[in-house]
Amino acid sequence: MLRFVARRVLMAVPTLFIMAVSVFTLIRLIPGDPAELMLGDLADPASLNDLRERLGLNQSLPVQFAIWLGNVIRLDLGQSITSGEPVLPLILDRFWISARIVLIAVLLAPVVAVPAGMIAAWRRNSFLDLALVGAATILLSIPTFWLGLLLLLLFGLKLGWLPVVGYVPFFENPAAALLYLVMPVATLFLHEIGVLVRMSRASTLEVLELDYITHARAKGLSEWSVLRRHTFKNAFGPTWTLIGLVLGNLLGGIAVVETVFTIPGLGRLLVDSIFARDYPVIQGCLLFIAFIYVVVNLVVDLLYPMFDPRVTAE
Amino acid sequence: MRYLAPNAILGGLIIGIMGLGALLSTLWTPFDPLAINFTARLQPPGHEHWLGTDEFGRDVLSRLMAAAAASMGISLLTMVAAIIGGTAVGLLAGYLRGWTDRILMAFNDALLAFPGILLALGLLAITGANKYGIILALGLAYLPSVARVVRGTVFSLREKEFVDASRVMGNSEAYTMVRHVLPNCVAPLTVLATSLFGWVLLAESSLSFLGLGVPPPAPTWGNMLASSRPYIGQAMWLAIFPGLCISVTLLGINLLGDALRDRLDPRMRRIRA
Repeated sequence: MLRFVARRVLMAVPTLFIMAVSVFTLIRLIPGDPAELMLGDLADPASLNDLRERLGLNQSLPVQFAIWLGNVIRLDLGQSITSGEPVLPLILDRFWISARIVLIAVLLAPVVAVPAGMIAAWRRNSFLDLALVGAATILLSIPTFWLGLLLLLLFGLKLGWLPVVGYVPFFENPAAALLYLVMPVATLFLHEIGVLVRMSRASTLEVLELDYITHARAKGLSEWSVLRRHTFKNAFGPTWTLIGLVLGNLLGGIAVVETVFTIPGLGRLLVDSIFARDYPVIQGCLLFIAFIYVVVNLVVDLLYPMFDPRVTAE
Repeated sequence: MRYLAPNAILGGLIIGIMGLGALLSTLWTPFDPLAINFTARLQPPGHEHWLGTDEFGRDVLSRLMAAAAASMGISLLTMVAAIIGGTAVGLLAGYLRGWTDRILMAFNDALLAFPGILLALGLLAITGANKYGIILALGLAYLPSVARVVRGTVFSLREKEFVDASRVMGNSEAYTMVRHVLPNCVAPLTVLATSLFGWVLLAESSLSFLGLGVPPPAPTWGNMLASSRPYIGQAMWLAIFPGLCISVTLLGINLLGDALRDRLDPRMRRIRA
């Protein structure tokens, strides 16, 4: 078990390293002097020279990369050009806002989607199966930004049940904060259900074909215990892996939902800084989201043996 | 199993209709999609303007058709670029193996570890938001998944007898690769290309929605939705129709993709049998 954990953690290191190389390369591909990019057009020559010195811009590229990586590891991501604030606290502030929405949706969706997918597989080719798969495929095909707009139109404007746009910090007014969270969370939740129902159905179908299920039925177990005790355990693994991927895609794609509901989250920060050409913030956001994505998938991998002990034996 | 699955027919029909609409828009649209007419602002769907007009009095149906051409055209070009680039990388890595494979795949997997849309956002910061910038950014963002699939297929193919036979006959490595290995990658690539088209269309619409797509006044489904937002209370048709176009097209692609996967993916066939 310990070896399994150690191996998975070590496997994440090269991935993170190459991600860092990619982000470094990406920013260096932008035409122009990196020091000027990092300080903006209005910087004075003295501070430009100072930064050139600190980034080692007159030395070779590998040395520059080493200096840059050293700064990143010491959590120094530079300062925003537009606001002058340090980048990391800025990102963390915005991250909590996005993370809350994404996490609630990711925790709720499997509770509905996994049983629905199992039932669809169990009653395969029935009307119920067709209806569930059809609904999932339709939900999967609706982009989150349109789904969000539709919810906004229906519950915000026509029925007036929920506040239309904006965001309230949780500690100021918890009840209002929750109310503002309902629509963004519902948007992501509905979209994810589409993905997860289909995955859960596919992996349940595979398991139901196996001999031990026939055996379980042959020895007279009720369908309920065949499903719950024998099928679920083996069918849940692939769906669990997908949850990690979904979480990463949501973090990458959260910007559109934040735009629909005017939420000042991490996705919006990235898009705004692309508009403003605020390169230190762009670079910080890319590194941060990539890092979270790797960590989430690592955690998903490490928890996997809980659902399928066979993987540690490998 | 030589029949067409119902979801293949439905999916094909949807894509066909959307594609025809897009093609038609290059020849004829009911109105000029860019013509501003302030006397006809925010008209609801009716006799003259079937799907209404927007905040500048432009005909929504005409704009939807032009947007179909823009969005589907960009997605198609991006898909082709990603398939060509990814196939080249995957073929090289899978066929040459050794250090070429290790180095190419190390970078490939690291890029694969970024969510696609995030990588595209990062690349757009360099290329800028225009048609070719989007094609380049999205093409590069989705190239690694193609390379993965091709490499996997090539890995199992190169152990087959017919590849050995080609080599024994004295054919060069390059000839064997292109003439015998590549054609056998077509089936998995077809399945992938279908999903890829859907991913790219969604990503292009998302970027347009964020204002990072084709710059206005040229219409795309995404930027039409984005500009509808301030008027959503008084002119909800502006928010309904573009979103419906994206969703229906994606539904068509998903249905077609499912049908193709069922038919071409041997693993799925085993389960069906």
